[in-house]
Amino acid sequence: MKLYDYVLSASCYKIRLMAALMGVKLQTEAVDFHPGRAHRSADFRSLNPAGTLPVLVDGDLVLTESTAMLVYLARPEWLGQSAAEAAQVQQWLAFSARLGASLGMARLHDMLLYPGDIDAFRRAGVECLRELDAHLTEARFAGRTYLVGDTPTIADIACFPNVALAPDGGVGLDDYPSIRLWSRAIRALPGFIEMPGIHRLHELKPAPEAVPPLETLL
Amino acid sequence: MIAAAVLNEWYPVAMAAMVGPWPGRATTLLGHDINVFSEGDKIIVRGAGGDLAVTLAYGHVWACPGTPAHDLFPVPEAAQPGRRLVDCGAVRVKCSPLRAVENFLDIAHFPFVHTDVLGAEPHTEVGRYEVQIREDSDEVWATKVHFYQPQAAKSAAGGIVTEYMYRVAASTSAVLYKTCPNNPDEWDVIGIFVQPLTEELCEVWPWMALFDDTTPQADLIQFQQMIFLQDRSILENQIPRLLPLDPGKEIPTQADLTSIAYRRWLKRKGLTYGAQMVAA
Repeated sequence: MKLYDYVLSASCYKIRLMAALMGVKLQTEAVDFHPGRAHRSADFRSLNPAGTLPVLVDGDLVLTESTAMLVYLARPEWLGQSAAEAAQVQQWLAFSARLGASLGMARLHDMLLYPGDIDAFRRAGVECLRELDAHLTEARFAGRTYLVGDTPTIADIACFPNVALAPDGGVGLDDYPSIRLWSRAIRALPGFIEMPGIHRLHELKPAPEAVPPLETLL
Repeated sequence: MIAAAVLNEWYPVAMAAMVGPWPGRATTLLGHDINVFSEGDKIIVRGAGGDLAVTLAYGHVWACPGTPAHDLFPVPEAAQPGRRLVDCGAVRVKCSPLRAVENFLDIAHFPFVHTDVLGAEPHTEVGRYEVQIREDSDEVWATKVHFYQPQAAKSAAGGIVTEYMYRVAASTSAVLYKTCPNNPDEWDVIGIFVQPLTEELCEVWPWMALFDDTTPQADLIQFQQMIFLQDRSILENQIPRLLPLDPGKEIPTQADLTSIAYRRWLKRKGLTYGAQMVAA
C-alpha cells in the first residue's frame, strides 16, 4: 500500500497514524508540497485531479479523501459497533473537515505563509474546540474516553491531528482539559506514532538505563 | 531606532528560484515592508526608502537595509563538485530570530525533541567540545562536538556517533558541518538562514549542501522540515521571547558553551535586534 505523503500535513499524518495503530505497513512517497507545490503539478493531478494530499494507492484502488482511507485501513471495531455508533462516527468525520478548514488553515497560514483571514480561521477553530471539549466532558462524566462508544474509532483519528496541532496556528489548548485528556489517551494507544508538533509521551517510556560514556562509543 | 550595526548586516529575504515579477514576494525585514521581485534577469529588493543592496548566494536572495559592513559570509562547500544543494523553503516562527539561531546551535535537546532521529534516550550526554570566537573571520565556531544519533541523516542506516562543527556566520545565519554517512572524508553542510521580520517573528530558510546522489529531493526537504518543525513549537514557547544577552534569568550549563559565545559575540558587535539587553 502506497501513501503519497507530506511529513507536515495533518491529513497525511491521520493515515500514517491509523496504519501504525492497525499494524499496516505503508510505503510512503514524499511529495514536495512546500516549497515545491508538487501536489498542484500536472503529473500529480493525473493521479488526483483535486491536487490534494494524501493519496492512498492499493493495487487498482486509489483513494484521495483521508476519511475514506481511514475506513479502508480500519479493523471493523474501529468503525463503530452499532448502526447508531457508525452514524456518530460519520458525524465526527464531517466535523473533522471543519477542523481542517479552521485550525488546519490557521496552522498553514502561520507556519507556511498560506494566505487567508487568520482571525476568522482562529475564531472558527475555537468554536470547534469548545464543541469538542463539551462533548468529551459529557463522555467523561459517562465514564468514556473517546468520541464514540467505549473504544477508539476512526472518528478520534480523524479529529486528533488538527486539534493537537492547534498551537501551531496560534490557538492554545490550555482551556480544554477534556481535549487534553483525550489527546493523552490517543498518544498512549499501542502503536502510536508522532509527527512534528505532536510529541510522544516520554513519561510512558521505561526509565533510562545506564549507558557507557560517550567517549567509549567513538 | 535600529542600530546601524544591525542595518549593515545581510539578511535572507527569499528563495532565489521562486522570485517572480512585481510585486513578487511581499514580506517584512526588521519591521519594514519590502518587495522582492525580478526585473529581467535582476532581482530587486525594494523598501519604502528605495532599493536595498542585494546579493545572491546559496540559493537565496540576501538584502542589506543599510550600507554593507562586509561581504556575505563564504560557504566554499557550495561550489564543491558532487554536492547537492537543497533549498527547503521558509517556515515562519513566532520567536526572536536570535532564538532560532541559538536553537540550531544546541545539541542537548536532540534526544527530547528529535527523539529517535537526532538523539535518543538514554544517550543524552553532550561530550566536551571547544568553542572560540575566531578573530580572523569574526565568527563563532564550536568544534569537536560528538553526539550519539539513531538516524543522523536521511541517508544514515543506523545509529552512529556523529561529529559536528557549528559556525555562526552572521547575526541570523549559522552553518553546521556534520559527519557525512555517505562520504567519511567530507562533511555534510546544513545552513539555517533566518529572516528577521520583527524582533519576535522570523522566517527560517533551511539549506543543505550534501553528498547524497540517491535520496529524492522531496525526501531530503521533508527530512529537514520534519526536524525543524519539531523545534518550532518549542521555540514559540520560550520565555522571555527576546534572547537575553546578559546573565540573569537563564542558567547555562557546560553543554551551552556555543550559545554563551553567540550571545557574547552579538553583544560585542551591537547586533541586538531580537535581544533583551536588561538583566532580568
